[in-house]
Amino acid sequence: MTEPLVAPHVLEWGYTRSLGPTLTAFFTGLRDRKIVGAKTKTGRVIVPPTPHDPDTGEDVDSLVDVSDEGVVETWSFVSHPRPKQPLDRPFAWALIKLDGADTAMLHVVDGAIETGSRVKAKWRDETVGYITDIECFVPA
Amino acid sequence: MSEDVTGIVVPIHLDYTYTPGVAASRFLRHIAEGNYVGQRCPKCKKVYVPPRGSCPTCGVPTDEEVELKQTGTITAFCIVNIPFAGQAVECPYVSATIQLDGADIGFYHLIQEIPYDQIHIGMRVEAVWKPREEWGTTTESIAHFKPTDA
Amino acid sequence: MRDVAVVAYSAWNGVEHERNEVEILMPVVRDVFDKVGLTKNDIGFTCSGTSDYLAGQPFSFVSALDAVGAWPPIVESHVEMDGAWALYEAWVRLQHGDLDTALVYAVGKSTMGDLLDVLALQLDPYVLTPLWPDPVSLAALQARAYLEKTGKTEDDLAAVAESRGRRVDRASGYIASPLRRHDCPPITDGAAAVVLAVGDRARELCERPAWICGIDHRIEQHQLGARDLTRSESAKVAADKAGASGVDVAELHAPFTHQELILRDAIGLNGATINPSGGALKANPLMVAGLERIGEAASRVLDGSAAKVLGHATSGPCLQQNLVCVMESR
Repeated sequence: MTEPLVAPHVLEWGYTRSLGPTLTAFFTGLRDRKIVGAKTKTGRVIVPPTPHDPDTGEDVDSLVDVSDEGVVETWSFVSHPRPKQPLDRPFAWALIKLDGADTAMLHVVDGAIETGSRVKAKWRDETVGYITDIECFVPA
Repeated sequence: MSEDVTGIVVPIHLDYTYTPGVAASRFLRHIAEGNYVGQRCPKCKKVYVPPRGSCPTCGVPTDEEVELKQTGTITAFCIVNIPFAGQAVECPYVSATIQLDGADIGFYHLIQEIPYDQIHIGMRVEAVWKPREEWGTTTESIAHFKPTDA
Repeated sequence: MRDVAVVAYSAWNGVEHERNEVEILMPVVRDVFDKVGLTKNDIGFTCSGTSDYLAGQPFSFVSALDAVGAWPPIVESHVEMDGAWALYEAWVRLQHGDLDTALVYAVGKSTMGDLLDVLALQLDPYVLTPLWPDPVSLAALQARAYLEKTGKTEDDLAAVAESRGRRVDRASGYIASPLRRHDCPPITDGAAAVVLAVGDRARELCERPAWICGIDHRIEQHQLGARDLTRSESAKVAADKAGASGVDVAELHAPFTHQELILRDAIGLNGATINPSGGALKANPLMVAGLERIGEAASRVLDGSAAKVLGHATSGPCLQQNLVCVMESR
């Protein structure tokens, strides 16, 4: 049996994505080192914000600032990060409920972690309006 | 305060190890030896080149190999004048579908060694191979097609 | 409603280094036709589930049709989803009343690309994909939330792995804590095909058709932090709507051990034999494994070993979307 023929094949491109008003507020907020959520008509604060209440589909009521510090709801420690992931050293993925928010956002945590740990965003020196403007969360 | 962030660029990068499949691998290995070998459908008897291992009309496997002549007929062509990202050939150039003698479908290759305004559908052409040492398991082993002298 | 049944099923799973998708799919389609003595010319509607990101090319389903033969032109559709959703579309199409048979197939070569990167692209492209979270890590977030809420332990997860034929090694390191190798699905290539037929046509084609007595699919919101990961409301509603009570055999598409527990909680499968095929912990070809669950469950009716069965398929991160298909003998 001859060896199968193989060839490398790479798909690579950048999508230029328009943000719309809600995500514009969120990403502009990141650039300015703050985290913006969306308050639904029922008073729930969704972070990251969505233009609509994820339960009902109704337009959200308003945009509100939430804390860049919060509580770990669940987490997973990864010993061998993959090349594209935010940190090149062992880290934890976590769903973090920020103070003032009713939903948790996904990000990475560098440092000791347990469910219920309080963590705080570590901002990059230079922020551009991207989710990785938060380099990671660290124990608060 | 600077302006709002109204858009982001999200880069995508995916790596694949591409396998052409059994039939196309056999075809490419024949190419590396200087031969065009298609496959015949056991039902409708059509000969496909390059073969993909199945008859797209009948939906049955094509196993029988058929060595083809290296002469054929242009069934369609276009003159490419506009460069685009990833283009391997310098503009202008002529890309054509060529139906090899004995095959039932055309495949793409370049037409050269003739002024482009003289190319026409129905023109007889033949393969021009690169030097022997440049042959490999790729249709780039054939430099281009040119009009037959006959 | 017209009575629609699964009358034949065939599948292949493995790691394939040589054949392309068409070459993997063709013998499966041949086999499913041979089981009921049909050819492509007897098929009213063809519907497939494949993924372009998996194949590394846009509109890859158009070339997969070479495995079927699309001349004279056929009535065809495609979903960029697991083949279970193609089966749902085919079931709906057969309700139109003008066609009596359908071929449903799925094919996927997960090993050709980097599956974990490919699956990061199914996520929200603004706030999730740029972090490139892999599906194992996301499942691990769900697993921990589930264990902490229910008081279950990693041993309970290992027990699921063991009963699905996985070699359990509790001393092995975490892939993503609390998930170890035996909690995670293998990366598998595969293809599956099902033939559906209506009423008397189904009875002509096989002795014991697996009649679809209920089929439903439900989806939840995408953002993981906005839903309760410890339970599957979408699977529960789909199972209720499909009439899942009293099944003898259930094939659950649970790629991770804790997801089988969540699905069992949601669907309520008292006394049913679960995943006799080994399920997605044994073979998890992306785009195919859900259709396989329906096909495997249907096979228990076709071979006369069960009277009522359930096939389940999931899609999206952490059981976001769930389909339940209940079938019975008559």
